[in-house]
Amino acid sequence: MNLPTLESINLLAVLPVLIVFGWTLVLLVIDLFIPSGRKYWTAWLGILGLLGAAVALAVRFIDARGAAVTAFDGMLTVDGFSLFLQAIFILTAVIGILLALDFLPRHKIERGEYYILLLFTTGGMMIMSMAADLIVVFLALELLSIPLYILTGFARPRADSEEAAMKYFLLGAFASGFLVFGIALTYGGTGTTSLVGVFNQLAEGEPSRDLALVGMALILVGFGFKVAAVPFHMWTPDVYQGAPTPVTAFMSVGAKAGGFAALMRILIVAMPAVGEAWGMLVAILAMLTMILGNVVAIAQRNIKRMLAYSSIAHAGYILVAVSAAQRPEDAPLAVSAAIFYLLTYAFTNLGAFGVVLAVEREDGSGNLLEDFAGLGRSKPVLAAIMTLFMLSLTGMPVSAGLVGKFFVFQAAINASVGNPWILAAAIVGIVTSVISAFYYIRIILIMYMQEGEPQVVLKPALTVALALTALATLILGIIPAPVFQLAKDALLTLVG
Amino acid sequence: MFTELQEANFLVPTSYYVILSAVLFTIGVAGVLIRRNAILIFMSIELMLNAANLAFVAFARAFQDLSGQVFVFFVMTVAASEVAVGLALIVAIFRSRKSIDIDELHSMEG
Amino acid sequence: MKDWTFIVILSIVAMATPLAPILIGRLIGPRKGNELKNATYECGVETRGDTWVQFKVQYYIFALVFLVFDVEVVFLYPWAVAYNRLPLFGVLAGVVFVITLAEALIYTIRKDALRWI
Repeated sequence: MNLPTLESINLLAVLPVLIVFGWTLVLLVIDLFIPSGRKYWTAWLGILGLLGAAVALAVRFIDARGAAVTAFDGMLTVDGFSLFLQAIFILTAVIGILLALDFLPRHKIERGEYYILLLFTTGGMMIMSMAADLIVVFLALELLSIPLYILTGFARPRADSEEAAMKYFLLGAFASGFLVFGIALTYGGTGTTSLVGVFNQLAEGEPSRDLALVGMALILVGFGFKVAAVPFHMWTPDVYQGAPTPVTAFMSVGAKAGGFAALMRILIVAMPAVGEAWGMLVAILAMLTMILGNVVAIAQRNIKRMLAYSSIAHAGYILVAVSAAQRPEDAPLAVSAAIFYLLTYAFTNLGAFGVVLAVEREDGSGNLLEDFAGLGRSKPVLAAIMTLFMLSLTGMPVSAGLVGKFFVFQAAINASVGNPWILAAAIVGIVTSVISAFYYIRIILIMYMQEGEPQVVLKPALTVALALTALATLILGIIPAPVFQLAKDALLTLVG
Repeated sequence: MFTELQEANFLVPTSYYVILSAVLFTIGVAGVLIRRNAILIFMSIELMLNAANLAFVAFARAFQDLSGQVFVFFVMTVAASEVAVGLALIVAIFRSRKSIDIDELHSMEG
Repeated sequence: MKDWTFIVILSIVAMATPLAPILIGRLIGPRKGNELKNATYECGVETRGDTWVQFKVQYYIFALVFLVFDVEVVFLYPWAVAYNRLPLFGVLAGVVFVITLAEALIYTIRKDALRWI
């Protein structure tokens, strides 16, 4: 029997995630002794822990120099891909805490557990990006989801928050049912749960390969729910609208990136043997997702709901990049395009939700498009920032969104030789981007052209968050090359 | 000798277990789609998870490999924490609106 | 195949045994209900009120806490069984696990969830 040793466990490689979890567990006890009304201490301590993790991550990044190592006996892979994604998750969590800092006391739901749950789900996402075994994928997914169910219902007893939590919980648990059964069948078909093992068995064409393929299809259904791809998207609008706005901001970015992290690793590491098949499937899903998300978003009057459909549409763009990774030789470019897109989307969407937060009123109203009327006159800077975010979501010049879309479509067109589905997905993506301009630009028009008196509450923490995201969106839009180079170096190790 | 012993233990072939688990899984999925009561939906989801557990144990026995059984432990734990969160949500909703029919959850439209 | 025959016979007998008295009772027994006869059986004491009473939320919290700690035993058993053969790291992993559980206990106590009011 091979017992684990310190070398095979390799705790040093997973230090960032250990810091996040260890610190969160300590914080859970510290929080018990922080008087209510001073819960911002928990928030700042949480940010401190995240910064510690970020430092560990940077050290790890410099140490590793692109080399991949495994930890926990091959259960986790620490490669460039996972380091890049972990950086996204830590950033998202820091901004997520900053967004919530003023929101919670203003809405009288200030409890320290908010920050702790947020840190737990961040840890789950970080593990998700490293998962090299289906067991770990499942555990990380649940670690990511369960705190999010609670966070969605955090504005209890507000009816829409409870309702959103219920819907999210039932559909999320339903999706994990598919995932677990899919993993069971994959295990039955291949006799292993490690991604590399599955890859080897599929490549050899085992007799029970069909069983494994059915299992993999079920796993994809489960992830379709998690990343909100059409036709598994029906929970998204209600959940995004009902959840407290900082939670919506956090999960529209973090949960999505987490889902895509595992999806890409499973597809690219374990299933290149059937790349043609899933490439076509994912391309079709991507087309449906982009079309439905963008078209339905036009009809929305509530901005959170509109951004929910927009987030469905953006999942479609990332799916285009995923489908482009179907052949191993195209995979590196496609994966780097996808993770770069996730980064730009993270900044832009967090910022957009930050502006929504500033306009939202204490009773939870103020989310309609009309509530933004007159923002251009009363708060010119805020309106300018919102304009930047909307342009970036559309994919207009001088914003991160354009660069992200450019790399995705470039990767798709590169990979489309011999596979018309990916080309079709890229074309649909470009057309729907034009359609999306309609509803994003409508907000800009409402802000500048219509008369109104928006009530804006802008506290320091929110201002910092907005400044950070706006700056990042601009910088990534003007000089994307250094960061994209990082994403390019962030290779997914195919054999671990 | 060992294989004979193994065969004798395999009175019921593995495929029977897998078929049973597939049937249970399908019942669970149908239950989620048809039922309108939150608790019953939740029970159907548990049925799906346990169907997967059955498949895991059956495969683990067929392969003489323990990792399948360990997976069952993890699924059980996760299911328990899902139960804790899910029931808490259901109680919270029942307290505020005296009903857990999910068709009555439609304050948001669009 | 022989084994199966016995199982089939056994299950038929097993099902018939309780079914027979129920069916016979249905067929030949007289049926005359009155109020007293239809009342809920409560050892002679008359039932009062509704069964749909509200339980204390406390029961519920206790149940949740029990549920969480109950399931964790699943991991402690294999750990305890393999204890003698574990390297130091394995022992420490178990200790960390128990510490995490203890922390959950501290949390529930501090939140006053375990005090019976």
